Amino acid sequence: MRGLRVLHAEWTKFRTIRGWVLGAVGAILASVLFLLAGTASTNQSSTQHTQDAATLPVGPGGEAVNDSFYFMHEALTGDGSITVTVTALTGVLAQEPGHTSPGITPWAKSGILVKQSLEQGSQYAAMMVTGAHGVRMQDDFTHDRAGLPGRPSAASPRWLRLVRAGSTVTGYDSADGVHWTEIGSARLAGLPATVQVGLFTSSPAAVQTSGSRGGTSPAVATGTFGHAALGGPWARGSRPDRWQGVQVGGDAGTSGSYAENTSGAHTQTGSGFSVTGAGDIAPVVGGPTLGPAYAIENFLVGTFAALIVLTVVAVQFVTTEYRRGLIGTTLAAAPGRERVLAAKTAVVVTVAFAVGVVVAAISIPLGRQRAHATHFLVFTVPRAVELRATLGTGLLLAATAALSLALGAVLRRSATAITAVVVTTVLPYLLAVSGVLPAPLAQWLLRLTPAAGFAVQQTLPHYAHVLTVYTPASGYFPLSPWGGYAVLSGWTMLALAAATLLLRRRDG
Amino acid sequence: MKDDPRIEVEGLRKRFGATQALNGMTFTVRPGRVTGFVGPNGAGKSTTMRVVLGLDAPDQGRALVGGQPYRTLGSPLRHLGSLLDAGALQPSRSARNHLLWLAHSQGLPASRADRVLEQVGLAEAARRRAGGFSLGMRQRLGIAAALLGDPPALMLDEPFNGLDPEGILWIRSLLSSLAAHGRTVLVSSHLMSELQDVAGHLIVVGRGRVVADTGVPELLATLSANRVTLRTSAPVAATEALARAGAIVHAKGADTVSVSGLTGEAIVTVLNAGGVPFAELATHRATLEEAYLELTRDAVQYRGDGGEETA
Repeated sequence: MRGLRVLHAEWTKFRTIRGWVLGAVGAILASVLFLLAGTASTNQSSTQHTQDAATLPVGPGGEAVNDSFYFMHEALTGDGSITVTVTALTGVLAQEPGHTSPGITPWAKSGILVKQSLEQGSQYAAMMVTGAHGVRMQDDFTHDRAGLPGRPSAASPRWLRLVRAGSTVTGYDSADGVHWTEIGSARLAGLPATVQVGLFTSSPAAVQTSGSRGGTSPAVATGTFGHAALGGPWARGSRPDRWQGVQVGGDAGTSGSYAENTSGAHTQTGSGFSVTGAGDIAPVVGGPTLGPAYAIENFLVGTFAALIVLTVVAVQFVTTEYRRGLIGTTLAAAPGRERVLAAKTAVVVTVAFAVGVVVAAISIPLGRQRAHATHFLVFTVPRAVELRATLGTGLLLAATAALSLALGAVLRRSATAITAVVVTTVLPYLLAVSGVLPAPLAQWLLRLTPAAGFAVQQTLPHYAHVLTVYTPASGYFPLSPWGGYAVLSGWTMLALAAATLLLRRRDG
Repeated sequence: MKDDPRIEVEGLRKRFGATQALNGMTFTVRPGRVTGFVGPNGAGKSTTMRVVLGLDAPDQGRALVGGQPYRTLGSPLRHLGSLLDAGALQPSRSARNHLLWLAHSQGLPASRADRVLEQVGLAEAARRRAGGFSLGMRQRLGIAAALLGDPPALMLDEPFNGLDPEGILWIRSLLSSLAAHGRTVLVSSHLMSELQDVAGHLIVVGRGRVVADTGVPELLATLSANRVTLRTSAPVAATEALARAGAIVHAKGADTVSVSGLTGEAIVTVLNAGGVPFAELATHRATLEEAYLELTRDAVQYRGDGGEETA
C-alpha cells in the first residue's frame, strides 16, 4: 500500500517534467534516425544472385538455411536402407581469381542423404564424411553428431548407412563394412511415403578468418563412392545406374560458390560414382559467409542512441533531487529509503522498457522494408527469436536505465553518472562491434562490461558445425543472449545495492 | 496521535566533522500555542528539525512526533507538516504538480492540492513553473505543502524569510489560527522580532542546546531589563535613598541614574519621602528582542572560544 503510493508519487514526478517525457519520445526518434542512416546504401551485387534477393530458404525450425548441393538421387517409397563406401574426399580452392589449387574446406561434405523433397529447406537426414571433422550424421540442418574420425582413403574407406523406418531415420558408420556403430537416430515428422534418396556432395566457401570480418573464396569438393546398396523394400525396382544428378537450389547458395570452370557433376567409376559439388546443407550464419545481408539486430542499430538519451533522463530523475534539495521533501513524504529507490527504479524501468519495445516494433518492420527496397537479403529467424530481440531491446534499455538511476543516486552528480554509463556501456559496445578493437579484446569487453547486455539483441545463430568468423564485428557476442543480459543485470543489481546502502547510511 | 500531537526532542547530539552541531538538545513542543524556536544562525535549529524528520541521524538521543519516531509514521505528512527549504523545488514543475506528487505519496486526492493552494493564496499561480516564483511565493508553496495532509502538528524553518510585510502578517495570523485549533506549531527564526505577537512559548537555543524554554509573559517579567531612567539634580542622595529601598542603581551621567528592581510608582514614593528632587522619570519596557539578546549573550560569548559554526 505504502509502496504503491510512493510509486504513484514518483510516476507523477516523472510525467510532470516535460523534458523527461520528451526525452522518452526523443529516444525513439534518435534510434529510428540511426536505422535510416544505417540502411541508406543499395546492394550493388544483388543481380549476381539468381534467387530472390529478399529471401533465404527456411528450415523446419523456421531458421534461415543453406540447402544447395549436388545430389544424385532417386525417389523411393516406404521403408528401406542405403549403404555405401566412401574412398576419397578431395577438392579445389580458388583463393585467387582464375586460379585453383587442391584443398578442402573443413566442412566440405559428401555422403548419403534421405530427404523429404528437392525443395530447399525440406527435412532430411544424412551420413557423410567431411573435410576435417570425420564422419558425421546430420539432420534438419541444426543437428550434428560425430562418427568415426579422419578422412577416408582407398586404404581406409568409410562405410555409411541410413535406415528409414516410418518417420525415423537411423545412421550407422563402419570402418570395415562388418562392424557397425549406430551414430544417431532422427525423427522427421514430415517425411512422406516417397522420399528422395541418393549421394550428395557440398562444399561451403573457404573462410579467411584473418581480419575482424574475414572474407570467402570459392571451394569445390568431390566424393568418391563405391557401389550404393539398397536394402528392404527400396531394393525392389531401384536403378542406381539411372540416378539423376541435380544441383539442389540451382546454385551454390549464399555460403558457397563454384570456382571458375567448375560445376556440379557425377561420373561413373567402376561400380560406383564420384560426385562433385559446392554449396552447403547447414543453417545460415553471419559473418563473411552470409554476404550482403541484414540481420534483425542490424535494424536495431539505433538502440545505443536511445540508451544514451534514456541514461540522461534516468540519471536526472534522481540527481535533480539532490541538486535542489528536493530529496529532503521526498524522504519527509516517504521515509522508507528503499521504497523510494524501488519506486524510482520501477518508473524508469517501465518507461525504458516501453521505449525499447516501441523502438524494436518500429525498427524491425521499417528495416525490412528498407532492405527490400535496396535489394538486400534479410536474415530469417524463427518468430520466437525475433520476439526475443524485440522484448530484449526493451529489457536492455530497462536494465541500463536502472543502472543509470542507481549510479545517479550513488554519485549524485549528473555529469559524472552519465559519463560512467556511457563509458562502461555504450563505448565498449561501439568499439567492439565496429571492429576497431582486436577480436579477443572486443570479446572480453563484451563479457565483462555492462555492454554484454547488447547480446540479447543478437539473432544470428552460432553453430559449431558451420564455419564463419564468430567475432563481435561480424555480429557475434561472446556470451549467449541471456548470458550477456545476465552480466548487465548483475552490474545493475550491484549498483542498486550500493545505492540502497548509501541512501540508508547517508543523511538526507 | 491526533489527541497528542506533541514534538519531543530528547538529548540530541550530532557532530559534523569538527563541529558539534547538537549538544544535548532537549525540549517538548506542545499543542495549542505557537512555539518559537529561536537562536543565532548555526545554533542547531535546522539540524534539530532534520533529525525530527528522520533526514539526519543523531549520534545520540531521539526525536518523537506524537510519541513515535517520524520514520515509522504511515503517511507522515498527515501527522507532521514541515517546511525546511522553500527552494527545494524542481524549477520546471508547476506549483500544482509539486503538490500533486506529494498528495499522491500520502494517498490524498488531487483536490487537497487545490485546497491548500487557495489557502496560501497561490490558486492563480497554480499552473506556473515553480522556478519562476519569488522567494515569498516559494515560502507560500512550501507552507501549502506543509498543510497538505491537514496535520495536527507543523514545523516550519524560517518561514518569514523573503516575505513582504503583508506576507509576514498573513503568516502570523495563519500560525495563530492553526494553534488556536489545537495544533502543535513550531516555528524557527533567527530574528526574535518576527515572532513578536505570535509566539506564546519560546525555545531559545545556542551552541546546539536549549538556553531557555519558557512562556513569553514569564520571560518578559523575569528580565532585569525593566528599568526606570531618572533625571535628578541630586544623584548621590537619590542613589542612597533608592538603594535603601532595595533597588539597584547605576549612574548613567552627571544627572541621570538607571534604576531597576522598583516600579515607577515606588520610586516616586521613596524620593518624595526622602525629599530628593527629581526632574524626569522614564519607564522602559523590555521587548522580546532585548530578552533574546540578553539570553543569547552567553551563548554568543561561549561561541567566541568555540570556533566556527555551521549555518
